[in-house]
Amino acid sequence: MTEQTEKNTGPETRNGVVLEVDGITVIGRPSDVEIISDVSLTVNRGEILGLVGESGSGKTTLGLSLLAHLKRATEIVRGRVRVGEHDLAALSERQVRRLRGRAVAYIPQSPASALNPALRLGVQLSEALHDASLGRDQVMERVREVLREVALPDDDAFLRRYPHQLSGGQQQRVAIAMAFVGRPDLIVMDEPTTGLDVTTQAHVLETIRSMTRDYGTAGVYISHDMAVVADLADDVAVMYRGELVEHGRTTEVLSDPRHEYTRRLLMAVPLLRTSGHEEPEARTDEPLLRIGDLSAGYGRTRVLEGIDLSVSAGECVALLGESGSGKTTLSRSVAGLHHQFSGEMLFDGSPLATSSYRRTADQRRRIQYVFQNPYEALNPRKRVREQILGPYRHLVGRPDSPDRVVAEALERAALPASYADRFPEQLSGGERQRVCIARAVATRPDLLVCDEITSALDVSVQAEIVKLLRSLQDEGMALLFVTHNIALVSNIADRVAILNKGEIVEYGPVGTVMSSPEHEYTRALIADTPDFELSFPGAPERLGMDAESDEVREV
Amino acid sequence: MNASSTNTVSEAPARRRPGLFRTAWRFGRTKVGVVLTGLIVLIAVVGPFIAPYTPTEFVARPFEADAAGAMFGGDNRGRDVLTRFLWGGWTLLLLAGAAAGIGVAAGTVVGIVAGYRRGWVDDVLMRTNDVLLAFPQLIAALLVMSIIGPKVWLIVAVIAVSHMPRVARVIREATRKVIEQDYVKAAEAIGLPRWRIMVVEILPNVTSPLLVELGLRLTYSIGVVAVLGFLGMGLQPPTADWGLMINENRQGMAVQPWAVALPVTAIAILTVGANLITDGLSRAAIGIDRGVEK
Amino acid sequence: MTRLIVVRLFFGALTLWAVSLVVFAATQALPGDAAQLILGRDATPERLAALRDQLNLDQPVAVQYLQWLQGILQGDLGTSFSNRLPVAEYLADPIRSSMTLMGLSALVATPIALFVGAFSALRRDRGFDHASSMGTLVVASIPEFVIGILAILLLGPGGLGLFPSVYARDGGPEQWVLPVLTLALAVAPPIVRMMRATMIEVLESEYVQQARLKGMSERTVLWRHAAPNAIGPVAQVVALQLAWLAGGVVAIEFLFNFPGIGKILMDAIENRDVPLIQAVVLLIAGIYILVNLIADVIGLAANPKVRVANR
Repeated sequence: MTEQTEKNTGPETRNGVVLEVDGITVIGRPSDVEIISDVSLTVNRGEILGLVGESGSGKTTLGLSLLAHLKRATEIVRGRVRVGEHDLAALSERQVRRLRGRAVAYIPQSPASALNPALRLGVQLSEALHDASLGRDQVMERVREVLREVALPDDDAFLRRYPHQLSGGQQQRVAIAMAFVGRPDLIVMDEPTTGLDVTTQAHVLETIRSMTRDYGTAGVYISHDMAVVADLADDVAVMYRGELVEHGRTTEVLSDPRHEYTRRLLMAVPLLRTSGHEEPEARTDEPLLRIGDLSAGYGRTRVLEGIDLSVSAGECVALLGESGSGKTTLSRSVAGLHHQFSGEMLFDGSPLATSSYRRTADQRRRIQYVFQNPYEALNPRKRVREQILGPYRHLVGRPDSPDRVVAEALERAALPASYADRFPEQLSGGERQRVCIARAVATRPDLLVCDEITSALDVSVQAEIVKLLRSLQDEGMALLFVTHNIALVSNIADRVAILNKGEIVEYGPVGTVMSSPEHEYTRALIADTPDFELSFPGAPERLGMDAESDEVREV
Repeated sequence: MNASSTNTVSEAPARRRPGLFRTAWRFGRTKVGVVLTGLIVLIAVVGPFIAPYTPTEFVARPFEADAAGAMFGGDNRGRDVLTRFLWGGWTLLLLAGAAAGIGVAAGTVVGIVAGYRRGWVDDVLMRTNDVLLAFPQLIAALLVMSIIGPKVWLIVAVIAVSHMPRVARVIREATRKVIEQDYVKAAEAIGLPRWRIMVVEILPNVTSPLLVELGLRLTYSIGVVAVLGFLGMGLQPPTADWGLMINENRQGMAVQPWAVALPVTAIAILTVGANLITDGLSRAAIGIDRGVEK
Repeated sequence: MTRLIVVRLFFGALTLWAVSLVVFAATQALPGDAAQLILGRDATPERLAALRDQLNLDQPVAVQYLQWLQGILQGDLGTSFSNRLPVAEYLADPIRSSMTLMGLSALVATPIALFVGAFSALRRDRGFDHASSMGTLVVASIPEFVIGILAILLLGPGGLGLFPSVYARDGGPEQWVLPVLTLALAVAPPIVRMMRATMIEVLESEYVQQARLKGMSERTVLWRHAAPNAIGPVAQVVALQLAWLAGGVVAIEFLFNFPGIGKILMDAIENRDVPLIQAVVLLIAGIYILVNLIADVIGLAANPKVRVANR
């Protein structure tokens, strides 16, 4: 844990400020609304500043303004951005252009769309060295050197490839190489690990960490993920509604957050719990859902093989897997949306047909599905009332009192009855997901299949949804909770099945799996998941999200 | 990172975004389009009632430019140009409107079914579409007209059929986007019948491209009906029809320009107006789809 | 990629075959006495007999079709009714004239349209962009023959008198001006709009932002990063517009009395010259399908994902 000790060494090792932002303010045109207001911060050579905020906080706008780049219809109205001895905000476009790549570089959020699909890697990497002083051979030598440093092949065949011929992790390494190739003083990274699985993320973060150290580069790491930042950054800055509400050494912020928002943000993050789990009681009765030796696929491609899983009444079983593990295929098979599967699937003792259309109305009523993205799961042309009543009428029948059905469903999803008249566009992301849940619970199902239902939501909203699911479980509903987030699993599930490449590699009570994982994959997963400890007074000590949820809702 | 972090329990509901028509109305070009189109429609509808003569009355010598009692002179046979102009619009509007309406309706049904059912249904429908698309619109109409003869219902049918595959293609794309959305899957999971999914979940969510297509097809229909008349393959003499008027009088264009200029200008204004409205609609649709308004 | 092109070619051929079926069905497999229907009521018995003989009307429909198709595949397009010449021979000159007309129009329209589109994208939401957007919208809405008549009214003998409005065999090069201008105006707007839209989309893409953030000059951004990604869709629209020309040329040739395939088609319709109608319609559909095919192939070739993945 050398990084940890280095992080704690305090101000005396600070050797030269590379980035100094002073009172920068960016407004949107033509509304003149301030997107970021009066932000000041500094970053030292060889250190990383983690810039944290939820969506809409202005963190990406701030990141881009560090390169004096502005999106359409935005404008820097005040402030200075000093990188080394240059004030980027005061320079002409031509002068800034000369500094980009050499003084400041940028690593984008999604290399899949930030690498030019029509250009070979060699071209894209070598042009980043637009120094006139280097000859062609020197440029290529430097490019190969950087590629070796980010653990990519450096041969000609690789340089001739197009971006689409690489994996997501490789693409991100290329983007990192592209940023470091010009030995910049400052690197701005905008959520560079979004969309990568945990193991790849860990490798990419390690690369970023060592490269900034070795090059003596200052880094600004923009993220919504507090755990990643806590793991990686020397300093933390927290953005909230365009303002910098907190800025300090990482350890200090974690142990003593000054601002109320930071405190709430920290407490909403699900912490990886490896101990303190209650053992679920051993079940002997017939489970509600039993899946035996199930295999599924698309055409000839096998996605799932030999799956055994069961969910008992009132129990929450988590299905944990990374992208491509087949977890969504499995959950959709349960819902009757994926038809190409074989094997045993029993619900309450009777077999489930592959297609929802060949299941009985009662089976369809008793198994309900909540989708990942609440922005796509509600018909934008229907009011909330209709969203809830439509399935109800189809599965249960015409209600005597439709208003009561709607009001009850909304109440169970912790929404006021007045929301019935709204259209989806009048709801926030978290509210939409609650409406989805209300629609699902309106028919009084016994099993709720939740497919990554928090992954499109901000962390504070995620905490609320998890709390809601728990209350539903307390009312006796069984949950099949599909997720890629191991920290969430340890906070909600009774039992967990870990899915890797279409097979369940580990299956058991959460406490057992978390504290003494047997499979190598599980161990790697737990080790690679970034985590941190909260030590300020009143913080939950690895207890999950019970204590603070009420406070978060007031944000 | 597309979630918003607004309050969970907000006091007043956010105002609902204005619909397609109201958004489109905000663009100046939509208003201009409505005025232009309205003007021509007015002439076409009211025209026959205010025309000074009957459309087949001879009031001047052929191609006489300034005949007494005929404001715009006489046409190739000496009939009053103004009267024939006032009478000649409604047929064009009616034929074009019917052709566009039928074509868009048929194309929508084909597009939604092909887009939603996929598989062999999609393949068959789309391959048929490709064959229909292999004919340039005008050539298809000419081929049929030349063999069977110019009949009113045939004009409408041929234009409608030539619109269908083009509309179907657009609506199919729109449908494919909609069925990627989870609310369609949610309806499937509860076993809602397929036809109801198409009517209740898909159709209301493809109305924006649908309206844009309707405007576009209406503009094209006007053009094709007019050009058929102009080529002598549309409505037949002695009907007063703008396209036919141009055909009949183009030989005398140098001495009596009005007999051509009036219908040509009317067609130009009508198509420009219709297209301005369509453009306003499509801009509004893009804005609404992206969730931004500019 | 070769495989994809072969598949496209196969579908092109299949479509052409289907078109031949439709053309045949429309002209020959009519119910009742096709010869009577084609020639009309006032046909002489000799002409009726001659037509029945030429169309093999006493044979089953399938046999008729196969014989007709066989003839076409061997380059025998039949004999024109009206002037007794072999259709292939009769069409040679008009095809050349029409091709020249279409080629000239494309040559005039494409570069100007591309330039206007690209310039509008770079000047987004400024004066030039608004003007070109309005201009293309107006020109795109008006049917091409109306544009032609307006051009004649303005520039022809009745107006400024700059150019002749009717093509004559012994006329000078100035008689090409109005037909080419009209077709160019009719073809250009969609190219302008596509060029603008594609350039804007590409310029707002993350990889162009990334190129700017790498410190590339605007010129490098434009030509190295943006242009290669804009070629595919734009080339497709250009090709589609050229395909449109094949059909759009008919009304324009009729209007200017230009001796091309469009004029021939209208004359053939007038004379109920069935073999000629069949030949011209097949020809136009053939050009249309071929150019569409080229558009498809360009679209594929411009996409590195396709180009590299399947080699």
